[in-house]
This record gives sequence, structure tokens and C-alpha cells, in this order.
Amino acid sequence: MAKLLGLRCRECEAEYELQATHVCEMCFGPLDVVFDYAALKKKVTRDRIAQGPASMWRYRDLLPIEDATPVVTLGEGFTPLVKADRLGAELGLRNLYLKNDSMNPTNSFKDRVVSVAISWARANGFETIACASTGNLANAVAAYAARAGLECFVFIPVDLEPAKIVSISVFDPNVVAVRGNYDEVNRLCSQLVESTPWAFCNINIRPFYAEGSKTLTFETVEQLGWKLPDEIIIPIASGCQFVRHRQAVRELMELGLVREDRVPAFTGAQALGCAPVYNAFNSDTPERVLPVRPDTIARSIAIGNPSDGMYVNRIALETGGVVEAVSEEEIVAAMRLLARTEGIFTETAGGVTIGVLAKLARAGRWKGDEVVVAYVTGHGLKTADVLAKVDGHARRVEIEPTLKSFREKVNI
Amino acid sequence: MGRRRLKLIFGPAMVKEPVIYQLGKQFEIVTNIRRADVTRDQGWVLLEITGEPEELDRGVEYLESRGVKVEPAEGDLVE
Ligand SMILES: Cc1ncc(COP(=O)(O)O)c(C=O)c1O
Ligand SMILES: [Zn+2]
Repeated sequence: MAKLLGLRCRECEAEYELQATHVCEMCFGPLDVVFDYAALKKKVTRDRIAQGPASMWRYRDLLPIEDATPVVTLGEGFTPLVKADRLGAELGLRNLYLKNDSMNPTNSFKDRVVSVAISWARANGFETIACASTGNLANAVAAYAARAGLECFVFIPVDLEPAKIVSISVFDPNVVAVRGNYDEVNRLCSQLVESTPWAFCNINIRPFYAEGSKTLTFETVEQLGWKLPDEIIIPIASGCQFVRHRQAVRELMELGLVREDRVPAFTGAQALGCAPVYNAFNSDTPERVLPVRPDTIARSIAIGNPSDGMYVNRIALETGGVVEAVSEEEIVAAMRLLARTEGIFTETAGGVTIGVLAKLARAGRWKGDEVVVAYVTGHGLKTADVLAKVDGHARRVEIEPTLKSFREKVNI
Repeated sequence: MGRRRLKLIFGPAMVKEPVIYQLGKQFEIVTNIRRADVTRDQGWVLLEITGEPEELDRGVEYLESRGVKVEPAEGDLVE
């Protein structure tokens, strides 16, 4: 029995057959996958999930891939949920948890969405996988396309940082470096989608791709002993994963996998240098998200015109969450704080998330016993250069190779 | 023939201007509005345009020359 019923427009509810399309023909609203929850309810149990693999595919029943379809996997997901007692002590939080998604195969949460997208594309006859990206997405797409043995085209801006180009190129995709500003690259992509027979992971097969994000929240709840946290802090670029995390909680409740009926507060994190969702959240019209021109070191989440921005604000307001933003200095300070207290090295996007967590904690948002989870979505080595530039490390001395010099310079 | 799904974003100076009318009149372009949210001082319109690709390029250039911000309907695609 097929568990997928089709695609449905989030705005006008027009229904479509399952296919590689992401925009409603009627109203240009986004399309979402529709599951047969009545059938899933009879089948999905905590035990069934526990018997699945130690990867995000233990939630396969809730992903848009039918049972008989082979999946393209590198073991993504089921990343550690760590209780952060030392960071929590600094912030006055006794039940702080970090979902460390930098532990994924290509070191960002994008492996979840791309694993689903490429599995779907291969099963549906696509021979070429493509994406336009400034980093994490291209990294994941190139790796999973190699794993699947599919042709791969990656479009990048011509001035992308050399370190990122290396970690994409090693998987040997076709790399198309586009000379042009962001808007021009963007425009080219929307025309390419219309004129090639390719699966663009984050564009025409977006409804399937997006579903992969839900597993981050499923795992978090399972790792908390099937309990919902009080609040979740999520970085926002397009807002795609934020919306899916809300859906994940809805599904856990609908399927009876959690017993509580209190929805966690969903809180979003942005960099002030690219904060269209935060700006709207703090205006009189939170659902009117106006585009901005990004200028921030948090490049992996620098999306000036986010597709799901208005839905993020709707969900934040509905659940009692907020959208907060931090400065460049706060991002770097948060990266250091997390590393110093918990031994986790995150990229700038993680700095944004932890920065917002710290800012809200210091402003007195929590009493102290709430269960708060922050999603750390990418690894620090991806953006190590931002730390190299700021000389903030005072605990360094240089000595001669003698005990005398050591005793002079180091107090033990 | 080509087609594009666009989001036009208008600032205070442009809200009252009939640019979509002009677009259809000055170019060989068929315009079709799908959704809109326009207030006194700002707004957006989701618009489908169809025509020869070069004509569509010229039409988009025209809109931008008039001070309208033109983006893909679904927002940023480079992630
Ligand atoms: C590390 C990291 N965190 C968070 C995000 C935000 O995801 P979304 O675009 O779904 O809001 C991205 C990707 O864009 C990312 O690369
Ligand atoms: Zn619709």
C-alpha cells in the first residue's frame, strides 16, 4: 500500500500527483507531500522505529520514499543529542541539550534532506542531480550523487571560497562557476529548472527534499525518551527546515508516538547581517517578509529572500516562540563559548543558533528547569577562517625547548 | 515560448504605477497575476509571464528599470 497520497498546495490546497514540481500552478504557493496518516497510524510504533537502522532511515515510514525503493545513504542522521551541563551552567539552564548535526557524513544537516532527495530522484528515473549552492548543500549533493552513481551538476558563484570548492570538487561533480551577482545566479537557476530534465534538489524536488529535515526533530524527541522539549532553537535560512520541524511534532502527536499535547515553542535564529525573518517578526506585519541583501559571516544561512519566511513567523507566534538575531561578534563569541564549554566546534550557522540561545537566556527568557534544545547544524571546520581572522586566544605562550623556560613561562 | 514565475516587489514609489499593464503593452508578453498583497506603501505580486525568452528578458529589464524588484516566485534558490 502506498503511503503517499500526492502533493498539496500550502496556500490554496489544490492537489497534485506525486511529481517533480514544487510550486502550485494555480497560486504559486509551495507544495507539500501528503501522507496517508490513517494507514501510518496502524503501522508506526516506537518499537518499529527502535528496530530500524541507527540512521535517520529508522523514520523511513514518515519519509516520502516507498518501502520497496532502495535509498541512497551514507549513514546520515541519528546524531548525538548531548546534555550540555557546562554551557547550561553559564546560561542558567539545567536541562539544555544540543543536537549535534555536524556529525553527519558531510558535516551538516543537509545530508538528511539530500539523502531523501536523491533517493526519490533515482527511484523516479532522474539521471542527473543538480543544485545551486554556496556551500553545504553542494557538498552534500556532490557526495550523495557520487554514492548513487548519478551525473551531478553543481552551480556555484565564481567567487566561492577555495576551501569550499575543494570539499565539493573532491566528489568529482560537474562544477559550473557562474560569473554574476547573487540575483543573476538565482535567475539563471529558475530558468535552468524549466529547461533541463534534471532533479534540482532544493528546487523542483523540494517537497521531497524538505521532508528529510523532520528526522532531526523525530530523533531529538526519541533521544529525550519520547518526550517533547519545551523549546527548540533552529537556525533560519530559507525557513524550510523550521517549517518541517513543526510538522514533525504534529506527526509524532498524530501517530501517538508522544503522549503530551503541549507543542514546544519554536524559536528561530538569524544573523543580524541577514535577518529578513527577524525584521518581519518584530514588525506590525510578521507575515510580510521583505528581502534584504545579506552581509554576514554566517554565509550558509545568508538567504535574503527566504521562501518559507512567513510560515516561520506564523509558527513562532503560534507556538510561543520568537525569532531573535545576533551580531557578527556575538556569532564568533558563541562559537568559542560552545567549543570552550562543550567541546563542540560548530560553523557560523551554529554560532548564530548558540548566540541566540545565549542572548535569550541572558535576557531571562527561561526560569532554568525548562528543557531547551538547540540544533547545531554544521561543523566548525567549514568556516574555520572566521576564527583565524579574530585573534581571541590568550592562553598561548611560546617557550624554549628547556624545562627552565617552561617553568618561567607556565604556572602549574 | 518560455514562461517565468516571478515575484514583483513594489516600494512606496511604485505601488500606484500600472507597470504590469505597461509590461503587457510594450512587450510581446502575456501577463497573468496569481496572487498579490499590496498595501498603501508596499506590496508584492506573483506573476506568470509567457513569451519568447529574449522578450521575457527585456520585460524583466524593463520592470527593474522602473524600480520594481524582480525575484523568482519561490524566493532564493541558491542555498
Ligand atoms: C548549517 C546550516 N544550518 C541551517 C541551515 C538553514 O536551513 P533552511 O534553509 O532550511 O532554513 C542551512 C542551510 O541553508 C545550513 O547549511
Ligand atoms: Zn495553490
